[in-house]
Amino acid sequence: MEFCELAKKRRSIGNRYSILLLTLDLVFSGCNSHTKDFRVIEFWAMGVEAQHVQKLLPQFEKENPGTHVKVQAIPWSAAHEKLLTAYAGNSTPDLCQLGNTWIPEFVVLDAVLPLDEFLQKSQIIHPKNYFTGIWETNVIKKRLYGIPWYVDTRIMFYRKDLVTALSYSEFPDNWAEFFRLCEKLVNQKKTEYAILLPLNGWHEIVIMAMQNGSQLLRDNDCYGDFENPAFLDALRFFVEFYKKKLCPMGMSEVANIYQSFADNYYAFFITGPWNIGEFHQRLPASMQSKWATAPMPSFNPAIPGISTAGGSSIVMFKNAKEKPEVWKFIEFLSREEIQAEFFRLSGDLPANVSAWELTGLRSNPQTEAFYRQLQHVVPTPKIPEWEQIALKIQQYVEYSVFGKMTLEEATRALDHEVNKILEKRRWLINKKSS
Amino acid sequence: MRFNILSETPRKNIAYLFLMPAMAAIFIFFFLPVLAALLMSFTDFDIYSLGDMSRARFVGLSNYLNLLRNPLFWKAMQNTAYFVLVGVPLSVMASLLAALALQSKLVRFKSLFRLSYFLPVVATLVAVAVIWRFIYHPRFGIFNYMLGLFGIQPIDWLGNPRWALLALIIMAVWKGFGYNMIIFIAGLQNIPESLYEAANLDGANAWQVFRHVTLPMLTQTTSFITLTTLISYCQFFAEPYVMTDGGPLNSTLSIVLLMYREGFKFWRMGYSAALAFFLFGIILIVTLIQMRFQKKYEF
Amino acid sequence: MNSKNQLRKIIIHLALLCGLILTIAPFVWMISASFSPAGQANQYPPVFIPKTVTLEHYQTLFSRLSVARYFLNSIIISVSITGISLIFNSMAGFAFAKYRFPSKQKLFKLLLSAMVIPAQVTMLPLFLMLNRMGFINTYLGVIIPGIASIYGIFLIRQYIISIPDSLIEAARIDGANDFYIYWRIILPVSKPILVTMALFTFMGTWNDFLWPLIVLTKDSMYTLPVVLANLMGEHVQDTEMMMAGSVITILPIIIVFLALQKYYLHGIMLGSIKE
Repeated sequence: MEFCELAKKRRSIGNRYSILLLTLDLVFSGCNSHTKDFRVIEFWAMGVEAQHVQKLLPQFEKENPGTHVKVQAIPWSAAHEKLLTAYAGNSTPDLCQLGNTWIPEFVVLDAVLPLDEFLQKSQIIHPKNYFTGIWETNVIKKRLYGIPWYVDTRIMFYRKDLVTALSYSEFPDNWAEFFRLCEKLVNQKKTEYAILLPLNGWHEIVIMAMQNGSQLLRDNDCYGDFENPAFLDALRFFVEFYKKKLCPMGMSEVANIYQSFADNYYAFFITGPWNIGEFHQRLPASMQSKWATAPMPSFNPAIPGISTAGGSSIVMFKNAKEKPEVWKFIEFLSREEIQAEFFRLSGDLPANVSAWELTGLRSNPQTEAFYRQLQHVVPTPKIPEWEQIALKIQQYVEYSVFGKMTLEEATRALDHEVNKILEKRRWLINKKSS
Repeated sequence: MRFNILSETPRKNIAYLFLMPAMAAIFIFFFLPVLAALLMSFTDFDIYSLGDMSRARFVGLSNYLNLLRNPLFWKAMQNTAYFVLVGVPLSVMASLLAALALQSKLVRFKSLFRLSYFLPVVATLVAVAVIWRFIYHPRFGIFNYMLGLFGIQPIDWLGNPRWALLALIIMAVWKGFGYNMIIFIAGLQNIPESLYEAANLDGANAWQVFRHVTLPMLTQTTSFITLTTLISYCQFFAEPYVMTDGGPLNSTLSIVLLMYREGFKFWRMGYSAALAFFLFGIILIVTLIQMRFQKKYEF
Repeated sequence: MNSKNQLRKIIIHLALLCGLILTIAPFVWMISASFSPAGQANQYPPVFIPKTVTLEHYQTLFSRLSVARYFLNSIIISVSITGISLIFNSMAGFAFAKYRFPSKQKLFKLLLSAMVIPAQVTMLPLFLMLNRMGFINTYLGVIIPGIASIYGIFLIRQYIISIPDSLIEAARIDGANDFYIYWRIILPVSKPILVTMALFTFMGTWNDFLWPLIVLTKDSMYTLPVVLANLMGEHVQDTEMMMAGSVITILPIIIVFLALQKYYLHGIMLGSIKE
């Protein structure tokens, strides 16, 4: 602020230092906004989303004269620490884009505002316009803390040409059939391996386990539930892909996943919507007609296979100054035509279901598979410790795959470790109740 | 020897006055936080405690014990060790070679060479990282282009877990060797000319002169350089933070990077502080070993 | 003998030239890429001399990303730290060099051994502490931890010790008080080491990005390296613009270094000479 004063003083000196003034103007050009009667909303968005959302602002500011939205870009790689230090330093913005899985943490910190009251009065946002599983990730202890902005889940990307060559008219909808397909591909030397199940991720095993009825945690998310047969059997099935050599052991063998996909190194890959763009861009032109996407297979053919609920939501911080204006902006971002426009800019799948019709996403078979999958998505446990737990799962899955531990040993050790992580949670819950 | 009228009693107070500002700053903003970190390392200060201090507990040594059971910690230890064991000798050798060449009487334009070798030292690391990220680009990078001239297939330097750490080491050596080079030059300048003349009279060849005159006379300089380089390489952080963020597959995760992640990303302050003191312990041990070794050498 | 020397001379110069190319080439390429039209850097084989020269990336940086603002932030922070730490460190260095007081050696040894503690140990508690003091998201939060440094005190003390006591005594006999001696005698005589220290500190703070990244929340207060680190995550494709950003960040420091390199290199040598 004092620099603005300085700049103003300098201005009165005269034209003698016009070059200096020019640079000063450049430097202090941000200052003028304070002088007019503007309401400024501060919005933090991550990475490229921040760039794209900027382009939507003129329309909002035209519809809401007197309100100015200031977007600050936070790089994804530093987003988490930036938000936490901002919270600790009491300098959070008014609203922010937040990964669905981060919401529980900020609820624990009591940093974000419940939105139920706003929602009740809203003419624009209705829960029925959203995928149920995605909406669920924003609800903690029956209160709503975020509005989904864009969505994401994991589905199967596969080599259509290889699957049809084995006279499959459709992608298998159950794991048993899928496993047979994998064996056929490898046995008939169509591909080196069948599927990529990287050991540096946790989505694949967690999806399989949740499909098999595992809750992952038990007793109000206070203990690990990995020795439960629901998880154990899923893990056994997962490891089977490695045992039968249907899946390469180390990720380092696959230097370039796109190249390897095109080179018949593997045929199946469980991944998210961002890879649609990457596949278009990175696979050779001859490959473009040969790949497709499909919803996850399931263990019970009668029930569609579920997947994880991902994506980003918009949250409002408790210390937001202009709450009604902030809510107006959230509503603006949630409108179907704005959601559609944001998809066109960024390629992020819209959270508002109506926007899927507007953008033709439903008529495109590659994205249509995502649409079908999104009807059946489930949040991972909504506790702040989830990321740590997921890392532990990853670690013990790796041990099982490499045969360092039997499955029983691995799940027992996993329960033990996870119980230790959750010790603090149990302590806090007991403390509160006593 | 220091006969001193400044040491009269009232002067003591003036001495304290001179010391005050710097000492106060160092004690409040360095020693106090170090102590606080030590205390913190025995607590479970975490994200729950951030909003409410009563949610932190004293947990004894369990942070340290948990650390030893964390495979990521061992991965980081391994990476840091690799970085130190490969990086330090490379860096010290590059500095020594450059210093020797620049000290040669035959060389012209000494200051030009010296300056240009020193340039990477002063350059902002983040900017250097921007440049090197592109030098390592698998398709358009100069590095692969030059290797290509020798018929070597392009390598995805920063994307391949096998090469990423080596790529960072090369960059770190490039960035840092100029600093130690200057110290080596100072050390070389302190060697009396007469020793070289005597060696030449004895008919020693260049290698023998280096082996029996230069190297022994540089012992102290070399051990100083090795120690400081060792310490700074143990604290390897900025390069992986800006270049790879510890990836791919944690192949460039260092101890300090892990500490930063645990502390600021996941806000597990107690655990992170334990990690910091573990690193401190390692550096202390390395320093003591080095000093013991050096004494043995000298006397 | 002579022809052998001649051969040696050529070999050494060739080796040194290779070294020169290795150290300089990345900078040359950075500058050249920053003036190239967008997309030029993504060519194979790499182009070292741009076919057409453009200033568009610099224009974008200044107009759209208000780099001037960040430049100013960097200057404010670096200059403040350099100025304050110079005074504090030289005062303490003077006291350690020329005064006698109880447990002086102990205090000095304590400081020296503390140099082994990695700075990262203090980051977390320091953050919480400055937060309590209300310094988070202020320039002061970045400046305060840098206002005194053990290394700086050590370096200045080494230099002041070599100033003859007789100089001080003469002044004292003339009736000068301690502060006059410090200000009018010690500081002017210590000019070389002070310039060195100023350079060290200025470069260190100009190049630092982690602490400002943590302490500063609002992007209008960011320093150049922080902005560059942030840009790196988002504009990976805009190679030429990133290079222009790098040039703006590196250039001031290189100019300062080249102008004062004599002092700088001398300082490094002084720091390495043990007691």
